[in-house]
Amino acid sequence: MKIKQISLFLENKPGHLNTICRKLANSNINIVTLSLADTQQFGIVRLIVKDWERAKSVLEEAGHVVNVRDVIAAQVKDVPGGMADIIDAVGAVGVNIEYMYAFSFRKDQDAVLVFRFDDADKAIVELEKIGAKILTSQALFE
Amino acid sequence: MNTIPVVENRIWQPEFECMERSQLEALQVSRLKEAVARCSTLPFYKEKFKEQGITPDSINSLADLRKLPFTLKADLRDNYPLGFLAIPKSQVSRYQGTSGTTGKPTWTAYSASDVERWADLCARFLVSGGLTPEMTVQISFGFGLFTGGFGLHNGIQRVGAGIIPLSSGNSARQVMTMQDLQPEVLICTPSYALKLMDDILKGDIERSSIALQHAHFGGEPWTEEMRERIESGLGIRCWNNYGMAECGGPGIAGECAYRNGMHIQEDQYIFEVIDPDTLEPVAPGEKGEIVVTPLCREAFPILRYRTRDIGIIYDDGDCPCGRTTRRMSRILGRTDDMLIVRGVNVFPSQIETALMQIKDVSPHYMIEVTRPKALDEITVYIEMEPEFFSDSMREMQEIKQRIDTAIFGTTGLHMKIELVNPNTLERFEGKARRVKDLRKLVD
Repeated sequence: MKIKQISLFLENKPGHLNTICRKLANSNINIVTLSLADTQQFGIVRLIVKDWERAKSVLEEAGHVVNVRDVIAAQVKDVPGGMADIIDAVGAVGVNIEYMYAFSFRKDQDAVLVFRFDDADKAIVELEKIGAKILTSQALFE
Repeated sequence: MNTIPVVENRIWQPEFECMERSQLEALQVSRLKEAVARCSTLPFYKEKFKEQGITPDSINSLADLRKLPFTLKADLRDNYPLGFLAIPKSQVSRYQGTSGTTGKPTWTAYSASDVERWADLCARFLVSGGLTPEMTVQISFGFGLFTGGFGLHNGIQRVGAGIIPLSSGNSARQVMTMQDLQPEVLICTPSYALKLMDDILKGDIERSSIALQHAHFGGEPWTEEMRERIESGLGIRCWNNYGMAECGGPGIAGECAYRNGMHIQEDQYIFEVIDPDTLEPVAPGEKGEIVVTPLCREAFPILRYRTRDIGIIYDDGDCPCGRTTRRMSRILGRTDDMLIVRGVNVFPSQIETALMQIKDVSPHYMIEVTRPKALDEITVYIEMEPEFFSDSMREMQEIKQRIDTAIFGTTGLHMKIELVNPNTLERFEGKARRVKDLRKLVD
């Protein structure tokens, strides 16, 4: 029920993000979504791609530090309150959100929320209780 | 003090290394007299001796050493090339030197018997650090003017072990040679060992394909934490020794099997530790500038050489190895690469110690000092490693916080921490130059 996210260390220099995108493009890897977290000195790029293993090796060969993590992608109705319901549910049992980002899902005209929780398994139980649809990578990429 | 040896306790020249203390001191006094006699033929000392009324007869005890003038690196430069040569050129057996960054090397010379004694000095620390005649040694020091290459070469030959004179550079070939010729001992700078360790651990190389058991490092100061890093990374013993070309090269002091600091080869060298500002001796066991007087060098005698190295001579009793010689700490810094930042004295080794305390932090770092406005600022650049990269910003900030706390712990200063991509910082094949002081350019 989890999907793979790859993240990269990013030096805060002009052109650095572009080289990453270019590398993936040259290897014909499409970025489903990405999020950027940055400070003054460095950043973290988090990417969802279909072929994450190939993306990882392409980027590592280019000299990047890459980390792979399971994240949870919840599909919600793209309507007011769609996200609030989810956050309420996990907040009620004391699960913390390390980070999240969102994108709209072409297939069903829905939104997808990507989460890293501090307790992923507990979060899944709660999300299932309120009937949230948790995407498998198969559902996400088919 | 360590009382458990890390290898078999072996002593190359017990007749000197374990000499009864009063005998040793008598030998030092008589040899110092001879050294003063040799120096009195050199114009540099002749003039100074005359001013101060010094003759070899002025030396009757070790305390008389303090009557003698100091010698600075600048004095060697001012008397370039061979102002300190005390034997006819026809009797010089060897020239070595330091690769001067200012263009001209600082030369030193050896008589045939100087070369012989030097070989034994190197044999002393090699043997106490595990070398046996059956072993093979890969020398990855440059062969040339640098005293490390040929000095160690002679010492190994004296012990009777096999030598691979590979010289530095081309790390793929270094590792290949370790696999193909199976040396048990490696000789290089600690920074080069780090690079080789990287290549071995990150490449497709089975540790079992390499026979290394020991490494002897020299050429630059390093830290105890660096030792732990390389020892656990490669599963070898790393040994420290001390020396400088101006006083004859490596082998002036070296570690014994107990690794309680480095035993000073006192039959051939007298060490002092002074306060570099007042030039007075520091209290026993205190840190200060090491001053070295070689006693036996015939070709290039020098008195009270101010090394600019900061160290300690231990004052904590006899070593269980059986040597009677005093022991010194590893080099803690240089009086001249000491950074004074916002009024605080900082040695790059303190920053290294801090970084090595943190698990998984890359051993590759650079230190940059700038003066953006009125205040000095130190930036420490550290390469990112997969082991400590996290996708969580909170965890990344925690890592930076830990580095900052560790550096503050060893230096008392907060520095800017910059994480950079792997393999982007400079690698060193010889001496590492990890400090860039850009303050002069910014001023």
